[in-house]
Amino acid sequence: MATTTATESIPSWRYTWGVRWRLWRQNSLEFWRELRKHPVSVAGGVVVLLYVLAAIFAEQITWHSPELGNLRNRLMPPAFMAGGSWEFPLGTDAQGRDIYTRIVFGARISLLVGVLSVGVSMVVGVALGALAGYRRGRIDSLISRFADLLLAFPFLIFAIGMMAFLGPGFVNLILALTFKGWVEFFRLARGDMIAEGTREYVEAARITGQKDWQIVVSEMLPNILPTIFVLTTLRIGFMIVTEASLSFLGLGIQPPTPAWGSMVADGRNHLLNAWWVSTMPGVAIVALVLAINLFGEGLRDVLDPRLKIE
Amino acid sequence: MRLVKILERLLAAIPIMIGVAVIVFLFMRLTPGDPVDIMMGQGGMVTAGEIERLRSEFNLDKPLHEQLALFLFGLLRGDMGNSFTKQRPVAQLIAERLPATIELALGAMLFGLLVAFPIGIISAVRQNSLTDRLSMAGAFLGISMPPFWLGILLILIFSVHLKWLPVQGRIGADVHLTTVTGFYVLDSILTGNREALISSLRHLVLPSVTLGAAVAAIVARVLRSSMLECLRSDYVKLARAKGAGEFSAVAKHALRNALIPTVTVVGLQVGVLLGGNMIVEAVFGWPGLGRLVVDAIFARDFPLVQGAVMVYAFTFVAANLIVDVLYTYLNPKIEM
Repeated sequence: MATTTATESIPSWRYTWGVRWRLWRQNSLEFWRELRKHPVSVAGGVVVLLYVLAAIFAEQITWHSPELGNLRNRLMPPAFMAGGSWEFPLGTDAQGRDIYTRIVFGARISLLVGVLSVGVSMVVGVALGALAGYRRGRIDSLISRFADLLLAFPFLIFAIGMMAFLGPGFVNLILALTFKGWVEFFRLARGDMIAEGTREYVEAARITGQKDWQIVVSEMLPNILPTIFVLTTLRIGFMIVTEASLSFLGLGIQPPTPAWGSMVADGRNHLLNAWWVSTMPGVAIVALVLAINLFGEGLRDVLDPRLKIE
Repeated sequence: MRLVKILERLLAAIPIMIGVAVIVFLFMRLTPGDPVDIMMGQGGMVTAGEIERLRSEFNLDKPLHEQLALFLFGLLRGDMGNSFTKQRPVAQLIAERLPATIELALGAMLFGLLVAFPIGIISAVRQNSLTDRLSMAGAFLGISMPPFWLGILLILIFSVHLKWLPVQGRIGADVHLTTVTGFYVLDSILTGNREALISSLRHLVLPSVTLGAAVAAIVARVLRSSMLECLRSDYVKLARAKGAGEFSAVAKHALRNALIPTVTVVGLQVGVLLGGNMIVEAVFGWPGLGRLVVDAIFARDFPLVQGAVMVYAFTFVAANLIVDVLYTYLNPKIEM
């Protein structure tokens, strides 16, 4: 991918950024050409995009309240079953709320939690990883030991433990997911920074008198970004499943806010007479996570063939 | 020499264990206010004296470092404090629930490996065949499927619709079983109780499949990819050139080497089993440690949550340790 060469370190900002821009454009074109060879991944990307659009325009594409129901409409079957109507395309739950509406609004929560928790994890993890990998020494071993310690906890257990003590809620959820989520990014960024640090362009940048932070931010980070980007995509799917699991247990998003995990949990009492209440939100989760993972694997094959699983 | 290295490894795990205990201890400090306030806030009428008494019972009136020291020394003696709600030692409560959880984890691991090994090997030997493509698509689905939903789907199909398997619990309500070890399957065999054996096995199927599905998917993918690499390697070519049969080339030469990365991944799955265990136990009403923790969280029974989280983390550390040790036996090239 984008390899920055020593000539770019000539401290003429205009020239440097001109080269960067052209490189970036060339790389993105190449990227699209490569990605098109993975049609399944592109399809995954399209599905993700549809979810994002649905989440943004939730009000426009639904016609019921996501939180208030009418008990007269409770447990109505989906439109394709006998007794169903297009008024409630995927049926209603025990409180008479439209499941389709709640799934669409639930996409907001899932995507928001996924993007925010991974975003914060990435920023913290990459920053600490760059610091540790570039500086090495005591600060590196300090952060690395702490990261090792966090790795001694299975992810879900740690998140459940933190939610138990923090209490449920959106902000606490993001906190619980990022408190351990940064470690993966830290390890990746640290390893890559150590590898990059031995390369000649870093030495060249140093000779031209650039400051450490300039070398890290504008010379080294752009080179490790593709790998980081791949991990980011794959982690979003994981975080969405984790959030859904926490909400399923009642530790995540609290009712009446629609979250897919708690919707599946609600439907458990009606498995015998209304299977759709649990099943429909589950389909929404699986389709989204599958799409994200397919897209992520395609990205990985293109951007970081080293990580490829055949 | 090897023994020395294993001992080194064991010693290195000690600071990690201590660190884990400290983090879990600090968990409780995350709560705004102190646990007694929260507990009492829900209890209704209490006197100031009672609150003081509780504070001193849980050592909350001492400075933080002293509390930490008391906590760590308690752990060394296997003392994790008393449960707020059940008024019994946490260690005892956990020990009672462990057999159910271990039984489920073993069932899940067994299912996962039984599915993963044939699929991983066949997919590698017949790369790009229909079997390979279908299995890998299935594995991909397995990775993306949240376990709680898979569990509900299985209940809908096999319990509600087909009525083949029970929905909840570890054993039928009408079946009598004298517990010896707490492992129902083992107990049924020990006491020669055929009815209980069938009932407990039937109850074990769906939870094990639910919990083991992710394990099967991940292990199958890794085994396949490392098998592919080994099958292309020079030593397998050499074995074939020397006239080794297909079976011998695959089983003796490729599989043995492909096992090395696979063992690491299997070890990591213990973490998946532990975390998934809370979910699956909630779905199937399985009376194990996961249920205990979730109930304790809602009852705000902090010592119990603390103890259980610690048991989970220690198990995970121990599992990784065992994998490290196994690794040296499988791969003599690796210096620990």
